[in-house]
Formats: sequence, structure tokens, C-alpha cells
Amino acid sequence: MVKVVVWGSLKPHTGGRAELQVDAANVRELIDKLGREYPGLKPQLDRGVSFAIDGVMFRDGWLQPLKPDSEVFVLPRMTGG
Amino acid sequence: MPLDNAPDKRKFDVVGTRPLRPDGIDKVTGRAKFGADAVAPGMLVGRVLRSPHAHAKIRKIDTSKAEKLAGVKAVITRDDLPDHTKGDAGLRDIWINIMARDKALYEGHAVAAVAAVDAATARKALKLIKVDYEVLPHVTDVDEAMKPGAPVLHSHIFTDGVEPKPKKPSNVVRRYEFGHGDVEAGFKQADLIVERTFKTEATHQGYIEPHACLANVGPDGQGELWVCTQGHFMVRDTCARLLGMDISKLRVTASEIGGGFGGKTTVFIEPVALALSRKANRPVKVVMTREEVFKASGPTSSTSIDIKVGVKKDGRITAAEGTFRYQGGAFPGSPAEFGAMTSFACYDLENVKTVAYDVVTNRPKQAAYRAPGAPMAAFAVESVMEEIANKLGMAPIDFRIKNAAREGTKSSYGPTFGPIGLLATLQEAKKHPHFTAPLGKNQGRGMACGFWFNFGGQTCVTLNVTVDGTVTLSVGTPDIGGSRASMCLMAAEELGIPYDKVRAIVADTSSLGYNDVTDGSRVTFSTGMATIHAARAAIKKLCARAAQIWGIPEDAVTWEKGYAKPAGPNAGDFPPLSLADIAAQAGATGGPIAGHHEYSADGAGVSFATHIVDSEVDPETGFTRIVRYTVLQDAGKAVHPAYVEGQFQGGAAQGIGWALNEEYIYGKDGRLQNAGFLDYRIPVCSDLPMIDTVILEIPNPGHPYGVRGVGETSIVPPLAAIANSVSAAAGVRLTSLPMSPPRILAALEAQAKGK
Repeated sequence: MVKVVVWGSLKPHTGGRAELQVDAANVRELIDKLGREYPGLKPQLDRGVSFAIDGVMFRDGWLQPLKPDSEVFVLPRMTGG
Repeated sequence: MPLDNAPDKRKFDVVGTRPLRPDGIDKVTGRAKFGADAVAPGMLVGRVLRSPHAHAKIRKIDTSKAEKLAGVKAVITRDDLPDHTKGDAGLRDIWINIMARDKALYEGHAVAAVAAVDAATARKALKLIKVDYEVLPHVTDVDEAMKPGAPVLHSHIFTDGVEPKPKKPSNVVRRYEFGHGDVEAGFKQADLIVERTFKTEATHQGYIEPHACLANVGPDGQGELWVCTQGHFMVRDTCARLLGMDISKLRVTASEIGGGFGGKTTVFIEPVALALSRKANRPVKVVMTREEVFKASGPTSSTSIDIKVGVKKDGRITAAEGTFRYQGGAFPGSPAEFGAMTSFACYDLENVKTVAYDVVTNRPKQAAYRAPGAPMAAFAVESVMEEIANKLGMAPIDFRIKNAAREGTKSSYGPTFGPIGLLATLQEAKKHPHFTAPLGKNQGRGMACGFWFNFGGQTCVTLNVTVDGTVTLSVGTPDIGGSRASMCLMAAEELGIPYDKVRAIVADTSSLGYNDVTDGSRVTFSTGMATIHAARAAIKKLCARAAQIWGIPEDAVTWEKGYAKPAGPNAGDFPPLSLADIAAQAGATGGPIAGHHEYSADGAGVSFATHIVDSEVDPETGFTRIVRYTVLQDAGKAVHPAYVEGQFQGGAAQGIGWALNEEYIYGKDGRLQNAGFLDYRIPVCSDLPMIDTVILEIPNPGHPYGVRGVGETSIVPPLAAIANSVSAAAGVRLTSLPMSPPRILAALEAQAKGK
């Protein structure tokens, strides 16, 4: 199970928990399962998010594989100047 | 997406050198073509009518008189731009921003546009357009906009991220929260707590070249656009979607760019010019005036920030908390969350909590400005850190070193840091001669650290080998900071040929696959990595040709410093073939040789910087002079060190303006009072000292050469470093930006009166 951490103000959509356990082999599967299991997250997931996977930032990369012991942070979608 | 990376072990031949820039002569001789230099036969002049009101209902727009004026070829209003946004909220905001619908949401909001045979006729036509407004109450200050009873801009905005979900609309779009640990418990352990509130005013990126474009849409629905932008693929896709065109039918060419800094990462006049051209069936050029740039493009947010930090007597931070209120103009999307995420990223904290609010006001829709949201947050946090160090009697640099984030630190926004260079910048700063140089009368020294994420993104590059052995490189990321030179260096490094044998161009949108915007400090990282991939693909083909020529297997050929060679004695005894030798025979041995790569780059490395500033404050006038400035920053690997230094110096220079003088000043009527460079004071050469730079190279494991982005981090520390320096020089803590002479005098007077 991948450990997924959402930012604090998304907790109302995840039953008050910031840390979730999700069975996902890649980022796309993770997004799909998060959206299904926590429908309140779906609008934010649709608006766009970034992921930090084991400390490395991914803005796209839906096919990025996840290890069972990966730690994934869901973060606002990165923009820059 | 690391390659076979061992960046710290690689020895470079041309990467890391400082060759002449390929666009230099064109730019200093005036031959370079910027946005407003585009021309087309039969071209019309486009002009935009803008709202004089900060907030008003648009009851009726009468364009009949303008349409009848001789020389006017097209007039457009909201009715000419129907909704093609298909439920995309972000695109819908852009659609409303480029041409007001039922309400004008800020002074300068476009309400109509004309295309005429010349500028005089266009201006006259604008005066003939009658707009019936119902003026509404307005709000431009972030704190005022958050209060109950403030004029509400949008009836559909109900604050997201709060429980329970509000039942009434407000100007607070969204609440974000980040952090870990237990800040209340952390504050209980503290021996000293400092809590301060800060305000910063909105500033403009201050690019010298105004927004400009030339649109040409034919009756067959195909169009072309020449435009000054940081991302012509973004412009193509956004404009096509707004106008209901097939994306493939719009070809966009990026001009040279006279500065962007994030402000040219969206569209303003481009869809309007296309709509005018489509209606007039003629090419239409639109160039913003400087006043329009200030009033109707995208400055950064103004902010209001609370910071609370607790420490033990030994200088160890026990808890840190921040609340960040950012107004982003009339639409959602201020970079409040990035302010919150970056604010404490330089520190190794057990207990940290940041809360951010994205707020709308009656101002132009903000756009990105280098490291969006981070400089203001760093100003607030680093001011408090400096004050704490002083109160503890610790040297501020030792306080920072004691608490610095390092490899393995759980960052304040979540992920654990890999190899990072913050500590290296602090240690180098401590050793730098600037740090111990004597100060003069009325002078003070300050320092600050800063952080930015950096990212990759979609990228596509093609490399072609020409028959004479030179190379052309087509990239899709507009060159805003010397990227063509860096790409040439990386291609030359891989191919083993001289730098001046590679020429890079920014190709149009019909010549390459999609490229994300030049932003996020991503281009040297991601376009550079794509260039390396493309060069390696070309090398594979060059080796294959050599193998065919020699009649040996492909895997028996190796590439070494510009030559194909037999891989070993068993491969045969053949004299090496240079790239030029193989290229000369290309036509007869299988045709042109090219390398190509497209991908979504990820794995960009985060970046840190430390700045040291000396300033001198005149206690009688409040005038501040920056007398010495040093930037120390981790670049991962500096591909072209002169450009890296230029990025460091540019960030410092913009930061000096932002810290000392620049601000959007609104009157009570909600109108901008200083929409020009005479009244909005950006720094000029005489305002600046020589900005010294130190490049540190802590390789990013996500790039084959170790590259990290450098374009944004350099603007994160200046506001704070200058505030700490000015506060030391003036003898009073400054908590509002800009620290203009009237503000400094007011602070000195308040201190003298004991307030």
C-alpha cells in the first residue's frame, strides 16, 4: 500500500485524515482511486495537482510507477514564472 | 526521469564555459524582431476600450457610431466571443478576463476592441463606443476584501477548504493548510516567541517590452499569430479554445522577448487580436501601451502575512506558524499556497503550520512573477528569523545554520529533501569577504535565505545534422534567459563539436510537438535534458552510418569527442569518421540525420540561495541606497555561468525595486494612480551596486549534468535581505513593503514618539 499524504485543508474530504493508504501501481491509478474513494477530492484532482514521490516532484508523470512502500505527497499543481 | 546520471563524476569540455550569446549581435544592433516588429500586408491597428471603473455592471454597449467611422474595419465586444470554455473554470476566467461579460471587474478590464486602418482612427473609434455602466462598490485591499460586508465580486465563489462549507459567497476563494507536528506543543516549549504582521504591495514584473502581437485569420478558418510570449504553444491552445478553432489550424510564432519574468505566461490581447482579424478578414496588430501593461496585464499579489516563531534559548526553533493572505486580482489563482509552502522551507522544523487564503479583489488578474508567492513569504519569515537571532544574541547566520534544512529534512510543505545546497550557501556566505567587511555611518547589513521548487514539464526538441557538419537545434521554449546558448552548449558537449557549430532556434507551433511554457525555472533543466536525448539519438544514427560505411555491426562503433571510432581492436582498423565526414555522405548513405526527443520532464531539483545586503539609510530623508550585494546560490551545474550570474543579478535587481520603491497605488476610487514608469519606480543602473555572485554546484541527481533551475530562486531572498539590512541601518524594524522614504520616515518618527 502506498502512503499518500494530502495537504491539511483537504482533510474534510478524507474523513479528517491527512495520511491515506492506497493500493496503486502508478500515479494514474492513484488519482483514479483517490477520486473514487474520496469524491470530495475529485474537484481538486481535476483542477490539477503535483505529486512528490519519495521526495522527487512530479507535475505530470501519470505513468510514474509507485513502489508499495512509496510515500506520496499530493500538492497543489506547481506553476512558475 | 533520470538518465544514466552520475553528474558529479562527469568532466565537461564546453559545458561550464562562457561563449558569446547567439542572440547578442541582433539585440545590440536592433536587428532582433520583438513582438511589435511583426508586419503583414494590409495590416490593421487594433485598440482595446477598457473600463474606467473598478467594479461596474455593463448594462449596454453601443458600437454603432464606431462601426460607421471611415477606416474602421471591425469592432468586437463580448458578443463576438461566445463561450467555448466547456466547463473549464480556469479557461472561463481567462475568457472573462480578456473581454468583460456582465461586469467590469477592475479598472482596465477590456470591454470592446476595434481594428482600423491606423492608430488615430482606432483611437477615435474607441471614443465613439458608448458603454452604459452601473457603478458598484469596489475593494482593492486584501484584508478589506476578506471582511464580512466587503463588496463581493463573484456570486459563485464559496470558500473552499473550510468546514462547514459557507452558505454565502465571499471574496475568499480557497483556504490551504500545510505542515506537520504540533505547533501549540512546540510554542509551549519555547523560551522566546516573536510574532509579527507584514504587508507587501502589488508589484509588476516590469518587463521593458509591452505585450504585442500580430494576428492573421483567413476566411478558411486558418490563422497565424506572431507574439511576444513565454509560451507560444500555450498561446495557441488557449486562443484556439477561446475562439472555437481547431488547435492545428492556428500557427503561433514566438518573437524575441523583452522580458517576461512570469508575466507572459498567459494571454491578454492575443485572442482579442485574433477575433478582430477574423471579423475584419485582415491582419491586426495589437500593442499594449505602458498604461495598459500596468492596468490590464498581470502584476503579482499584494499580501498580508502573520508569522509566529518560537525558539529555545540555545537557538533551536520549536515551532513556526504563518498565515498568508494574498489577493490575486479579480479572479481566483493568487499564489497564496506557494507562499505558504515555501515560507519555512529553509528550516528543519519539528512543528510547523501554514495557512493560506486566496482572495479576489477589484484589481487586474495577477500573473506569475518569478517564484510566484515566495518572495513575500520569505520577507515575512526571514524578518522574524533575523529579529529572533538578534534577540537571542546569536549571529543571524549561525542561527540559520543551526536550523537549516538539509538532506533528510522533512520539508515544511511535506516531502523529505534529497541532496540540497542551503547549508552550502550559508557556509560560503559566512566565509565571503562581504560578511566581515566594515560598515559605514547609517549603514546596516542584512541577510536572508530563499527556496524555490523548480519543475520540468512537457518538452520536445529536434536536432538536425546538416551536410557541412554543423547542427541546427529546434526547441519550443522561448528564450527568456539565455537558453539558446545553454542548449547549444549541451548539444556541442554531447556531439563533441565546437559550440559555434550549433545554432538553436525557437521553432513555431506547427514545427514541433507541444512544449510547456518557459516558466518554473524549467528550461535549462527540461529542454536541456531533451537536447541531450536528441543529441544521443543523433549520435546513435551517426554511429550506424559509420558502421554501414565500414561494413561492421552498429554495436562495434563508439562515439568519442565528435568522432565515430571502432569500439575496439576486434571491430576492425578504420580511421575515425568525424561528424562532418559522416554528414557529408548522409544523402548517399540513407538520407538526413536527425535526433529527436519528446517527453514530460520530471525530477527537477529544488534550489536555495542566501543573499547578503548592505544598505545606507539617510535618517533625514528616508532615502535608501544599496551599497553592497552578494548572491550565493546552488545552480546544480552552471551550463553557461555568465547567464547563471545574470539570473542571480537580475533577481537581486528586481528585488531591490520591489523592496524599496515599487508598488501599485490605488485611489479611493479603485483606480491605479501610478500606471507608468515615471510614477512606478523600477531600479535603474544608478540605483544598483555591482551585484556579486557565487555559484555553488550541488548536482541534481535528476539531470545528467546535475542542472537545477536558477531563474526564480534568486528573487526569493532579496525582499527579506534588504528589509533586514534597512532595518539594521535605520534602527527600526520595517514590516511593510516597499520601504520607500515616506514609510521609513514614518517608522523613524513612530519609534521616536515611542509608538
